[in-house]
Amino acid sequence: MLLLIKNETIKMIRKKRFYVVLLVLLVLVPLFAYAQLRESESKREKFGTDWRREVQQAITDNQNSLGSDRVPEEWKKYRKIYIQQLKYYLEHDVNPAQPGGVSFTREFLNNAASLFIPLLIMGIGSDIVSSERTMGTVKMLLTRPIRRWKVLLSKLITLLMFVSLTVVCTVIICYLISGLFFGYGGFNMPVFTGFQLNGSEVDMSTVHGVPQWKYLLMQTGLIWFVGIVVAILAFMVSVLVRSTAASIVIMMAALIAGSILSNMASAWTSAKYLFMVNLGLTNYLAGTPAPIEGMTLGFSLAVLSIWGACSLVVSFLVFTKQDILN
Amino acid sequence: MSTDDQVVVTERKNVLSVQSLKKRIGKRWIVKDVSFDVKEGEVFGFLGPNGAGKTTTIRMLVDLITPTEGRVTICGYEVHKEPERALAYVGSIVENPEVYSYLTGWENLEQFARMMPNVDESRISEVTKLVDLDGRIHDKVKTYSLGMRQRLGIALALLGRPKLLILDEPTNGLDPKGIHELRGFIRKLADEGMAVFVSSHLLSEIQLLCDRVAIISHGKVLAVGTVEELIEGSSSYVIWELEPRSEGEKLLRQAGASIVENAERVLDHATIAAISGNAVVTQMSPDDVTDIVPQLVGRNISVKAIQKISPTLEQLFLEMTDGESIE
Repeated sequence: MLLLIKNETIKMIRKKRFYVVLLVLLVLVPLFAYAQLRESESKREKFGTDWRREVQQAITDNQNSLGSDRVPEEWKKYRKIYIQQLKYYLEHDVNPAQPGGVSFTREFLNNAASLFIPLLIMGIGSDIVSSERTMGTVKMLLTRPIRRWKVLLSKLITLLMFVSLTVVCTVIICYLISGLFFGYGGFNMPVFTGFQLNGSEVDMSTVHGVPQWKYLLMQTGLIWFVGIVVAILAFMVSVLVRSTAASIVIMMAALIAGSILSNMASAWTSAKYLFMVNLGLTNYLAGTPAPIEGMTLGFSLAVLSIWGACSLVVSFLVFTKQDILN
Repeated sequence: MSTDDQVVVTERKNVLSVQSLKKRIGKRWIVKDVSFDVKEGEVFGFLGPNGAGKTTTIRMLVDLITPTEGRVTICGYEVHKEPERALAYVGSIVENPEVYSYLTGWENLEQFARMMPNVDESRISEVTKLVDLDGRIHDKVKTYSLGMRQRLGIALALLGRPKLLILDEPTNGLDPKGIHELRGFIRKLADEGMAVFVSSHLLSEIQLLCDRVAIISHGKVLAVGTVEELIEGSSSYVIWELEPRSEGEKLLRQAGASIVENAERVLDHATIAAISGNAVVTQMSPDDVTDIVPQLVGRNISVKAIQKISPTLEQLFLEMTDGESIE
């Protein structure tokens, strides 16, 4: 089994897929970091060095917009919650947007969890089985004296290893590069988590501060979980679809549909059982309202786990029974 | 000497045994009834036109396709029940030898060596030398020619010291020199005791290469036997060029030869192309020719040419399949 995993790892590395992922990160992260730098510079010009004035201004702006008729109800709810959170930070004298490598990484992960990282993972996962079929090497692979499920399992394990590596690399690259812009500090800065959302009210009773490094770790864990589930789904599509291009398109469409649905499906509550709208696990940490009523961290974890488990069953059943006709 | 050979022949074991194999895909029966045995040390030809079910059958031999009915046994292990045992005895190339083009030849061999028991680095260099690829083995497969890929494919198939080698259309894409070399190579492997299973739609290839042959058409095995046995049962043809033609034809009929109307249905392309449009094709024993010629001469029919056509597998095949097109 170890030898099979070694085989798959060699193939993965020699296909240079993983380097592409690293390259994408190395190009995009400095871009985001630079944008962030410009933004904080312009804020500093406006508010000086006192972050309290900045937070106060944000609260006032959001409060003003609540009175406007042109703002949809949905957004108003978001903003009410946001205002209460900002006030909480202000009361406890903590800057929610303290610039720093760690803060940037935290912010970046928050935004990357539901689309960017799944896309990267899809890039390495989509062709792991289908490319063997496109190239015809699957015939060589399956005529060895090894059971098919072992071949597939070795591929799965390799994929999960690379997913973990991708998530870790994202965090590390993000921290290292943003540190160049904002400095490498901020590990012990407190971040508040545990906001209980109740309609548009925020229940502060369970809120507690955690040091930012711990928060980052929690985020990474959740993103890793999302990554694993997305990888397993991509894996299933890769088993089911013969062409690599088709399998990439299918996964991409599902992910993008997810981000669109999250923005507009709040009325269609059964959409919460779709895996794509459950990818934003880090939002639960930050206390951002879930896209659909009734979604909690536990719920999303359960939905993702069920999707992942079903995909695994389908992948193994199909792969071990399938006739290789082409 | 000859008696010794006889003894060896009777002691030969079945390496591959196929019993009433059937495969249905959707509503169509692709393979209807295929049975044959392949013994150690023999080259076995699997002959049939494209679409006859050859590739489907081969894929069932190596567990790429599950049969709807029937059994495939390799060295005593049923392929679909114990693939991890049965396939340890098999080296195969199914259609084209497809390998990882982004790896070198050596790395490809390493990949598959890790998937088999008892294959170490020395075995890899051994097979590399065997197929004469040692000069380019550390180049990426991307840069290989088709012939080199074929050789790498054979090296891969031989890696696990198989008892049964399965080659699907091995001469595809090879030039005449390559085909000649391959033939010698396969013969050598068989002489060392390996059973070699070769599929082809090229009849001349099979005839030159194989000890025994199975002929398949429309998913059924029509005949199994040695090339000589099969040809023995097939008719001989004699082609006559006579002047005047009609009288000659009449006399041939009287002499007991049967005239073949649709010559292209029973003769191979090369022969058809060589004979003139005026020729009379007869189905008869060549021994009778000596009796007929004086009769023709006695009636003032001039005999311009007589051509004896020795039976070939291709003729046999055309007869069996009633002129089904082969390429």
